Amino acid sequence: MAKPKVALYWAASCGGCEICVIDIEDKILDVAEAFDIVFWPCVMDFKVKDVEAIQDGDILVTLFNGAIRNSEQEHMARLLRRKSKVLVAFGSCAHEGCIPGLANVTNKSEIFKTVYQETSSTDNPNGVMPQTKTDMPEGVLELPEFYDSVHALDQVVDVDYYVPGCPPQSNQVWAVLDHLIQGKPLPEKGAVLGAGQKTCCDECPRIRKEKKIKSFRRPHEFIPNPDECLLDQGVVCMGPATRDGCGAKCVKVGVPCRGCYGLPPGSKDMGMKMISALSSVIDSEDPEEIDRILAQIVDPIGTFYRFNLAHSILFRVQDDLKSKAPAGK
Amino acid sequence: MKRYTIDPITRLEGHGKIEIFVNDDGEVANAYLQIPELRGFERFCVGRPVEEMPRITTRLCGVCPEAHHMAAAKACDAVYHVDPPSAAKKLRELLYSFFYCADHTVHFYALGGPDFVVGPDAPASERNILGVIRKVGLDAGKKVIQLRAWCQEMIEKLGGKKIHQVTSLPGGVSVGLKPDEQPRAIEVANYCAEFAKFTLKVLEDVVLKNKAYVDLILGDVYNHKTYYMGLVDQNNKVNFYDGKVRVVDPDGNEHCKYSPNEYRNYIAEHVEPWTYLKFPYLKKVGWKGFVDGKDSGVYCATPQSRLNASDGMATPLAQAEYERMYETLTGDKSGKKPIHARLATHWARVIELTYAAENALRLAQDPEITSDKIRTIPTAKPDEGVGIVEAPRGTLTHHYCTDEKGILTKVNLIVGTTNNYAPMSMSIKKAAQGLIKKGAQVTDAILNMVEMAFRLYDPCFGCATHTLPGQMPLIVTIRDLDGNVLQQFRRD
Repeated sequence: MAKPKVALYWAASCGGCEICVIDIEDKILDVAEAFDIVFWPCVMDFKVKDVEAIQDGDILVTLFNGAIRNSEQEHMARLLRRKSKVLVAFGSCAHEGCIPGLANVTNKSEIFKTVYQETSSTDNPNGVMPQTKTDMPEGVLELPEFYDSVHALDQVVDVDYYVPGCPPQSNQVWAVLDHLIQGKPLPEKGAVLGAGQKTCCDECPRIRKEKKIKSFRRPHEFIPNPDECLLDQGVVCMGPATRDGCGAKCVKVGVPCRGCYGLPPGSKDMGMKMISALSSVIDSEDPEEIDRILAQIVDPIGTFYRFNLAHSILFRVQDDLKSKAPAGK
Repeated sequence: MKRYTIDPITRLEGHGKIEIFVNDDGEVANAYLQIPELRGFERFCVGRPVEEMPRITTRLCGVCPEAHHMAAAKACDAVYHVDPPSAAKKLRELLYSFFYCADHTVHFYALGGPDFVVGPDAPASERNILGVIRKVGLDAGKKVIQLRAWCQEMIEKLGGKKIHQVTSLPGGVSVGLKPDEQPRAIEVANYCAEFAKFTLKVLEDVVLKNKAYVDLILGDVYNHKTYYMGLVDQNNKVNFYDGKVRVVDPDGNEHCKYSPNEYRNYIAEHVEPWTYLKFPYLKKVGWKGFVDGKDSGVYCATPQSRLNASDGMATPLAQAEYERMYETLTGDKSGKKPIHARLATHWARVIELTYAAENALRLAQDPEITSDKIRTIPTAKPDEGVGIVEAPRGTLTHHYCTDEKGILTKVNLIVGTTNNYAPMSMSIKKAAQGLIKKGAQVTDAILNMVEMAFRLYDPCFGCATHTLPGQMPLIVTIRDLDGNVLQQFRRD
């Protein structure tokens, strides 16, 4: 019997999701043994036309990492959706937009202006900007179209499962792959795999005393007590608003959680969830004082939505841009 | 005019594409290396608190997050005018040394190595990490896997995570090395040092004793006369973590030596409409297009460039190898520099691996490495700062401006591989011109030889796109002017 087909693909990402798969080390051989890997651009030589030649739905599982930032990535997302029975948004970028999704605080023209004109080492007296088509003496050169907004994968195509994390921890990656290798029944559509069902706080070894605080502090401003909850010490730590599964690695080395494992079960929005957590530690009943304390949080959007702005209820900072977003599913 | 599209993966997957145009006489008219991706960190980091940059900019590249973590941390130190305690700097440098060991090893064995260890004209199916292991033995393969796993373990210990480190912040690091953890760090560093010696021997036995390979290294196809850049310490020895940036001209004379905060006096970036990536060049020489020579501001920032731009290595075995490389390749006992043969980059990379391992061992054994004085709390008003480290793939510059609360108002980044964008484009064109001739069939070996011109730079477009260690597939399409496919070659 033919082995089930599996594909791995990257879109707007950093390559860390590829490295975390390679970090399962020799177990990668078990994956190669159990599956026919039909597409994995960073490691194996198969082309898009090989994918196009596959019958629709013939790939059992595609692990898709990276967000959708340009026309080429959108094309690949649609192609792989069509060819795959199961499409997995793998890693924070595909899951929730991740840090590349923070670009939704701005838009294409602002990014181009900064990168190609205003940055202090840029020398561009004629205002040259990258073009999707450029006539050169020898012929036309083409580039994909850069979109105004970053989209998570399920904002472009239908997604079956999600593997959170920036990047997903290798033990969790292996747990998901092993589940597939064992041929165990697939969970309900829309499930989050390779992560827990609680929050990062549930994995955190620090002691939480629900202390009340009068001010917030930034991580570089003091040396925190190594055993106490960082939030109790006045540091905005996203643990209460973040799904568990990472092993609480950041808090264990003395720095606050930033939310890379995404929204915990039962929550609609990370920022809302965090504001509710913060309200429980602020020691005041006076609205003005509460405002003053909250104002000490210097970058709410970049802190509460560091990894999921594109997938949050905010989606982007609204302005009068004429969005060239993908058409949606 | 015919058109050859060499696409590392395929057009739709992007992340780097080569277009070669051939005129009616069968000569290569031009070649373009296009980068089809941009993410815009310089814009969307504005408004973020500067102390978060070591944790945000790691996402520029999951292959070399350590480099961005370090450059960002140093830029944050500069923004806050804070000097981290000596132990904190040593801990950062120790992490960084383990990273270099792992990164250079992966390149030598999995990416660049196959061309030499297995051979540039060996069958494509052999020209990969498995072919290397078959040639040098299974034990060697196990050594490579163990080295990577152990270095990753130390990176997680010191950086918090294997990928996307979190521990550096303005004024120091959040976690130290406990006295009972030091023996393991020494054990791993010792292993790296032994592994470096083993790799030097592989290089000697398999590459340098083979005259055909040495001739290939010294041949004209892979030769360019450009400026060279690298970070050096106060003795002009190669340094990855700290120092001044030194640039030498094609004759080996010092062109400039600058502190991080002076980079704008020396470096500028050129924009072309057919790619999303900019082309850095030497400002005082000027952008003259994709050309070699002293009058062109094109410079190169690779392991070989760092060696060319320095007066040597700071550790004994690496220094001995440094001297041997220059003597061997120039035939000059006085160690005449620079070397323009681009393929010598692979040798330079092994010398750097040796230095990184020796340096890791020195730092791991340092009694101060277990100090608990690892933070200086910033007290000065934040304003502006530049942090520079050597990423494995080139000098990495992070430049931040903030308001008085330390909120970013401007961000500028010149990342490792970007430095080499113009030289890579030139190397591809030259290799194509030297190898693709009228009437001659384009073979797998020729494709690989063109690819070698690109691969020696160890391009990591993770910072702009992605090229990971592994066998790079190629597809070449020859079209007529209307875009009809006349012929297609593929190498699987």
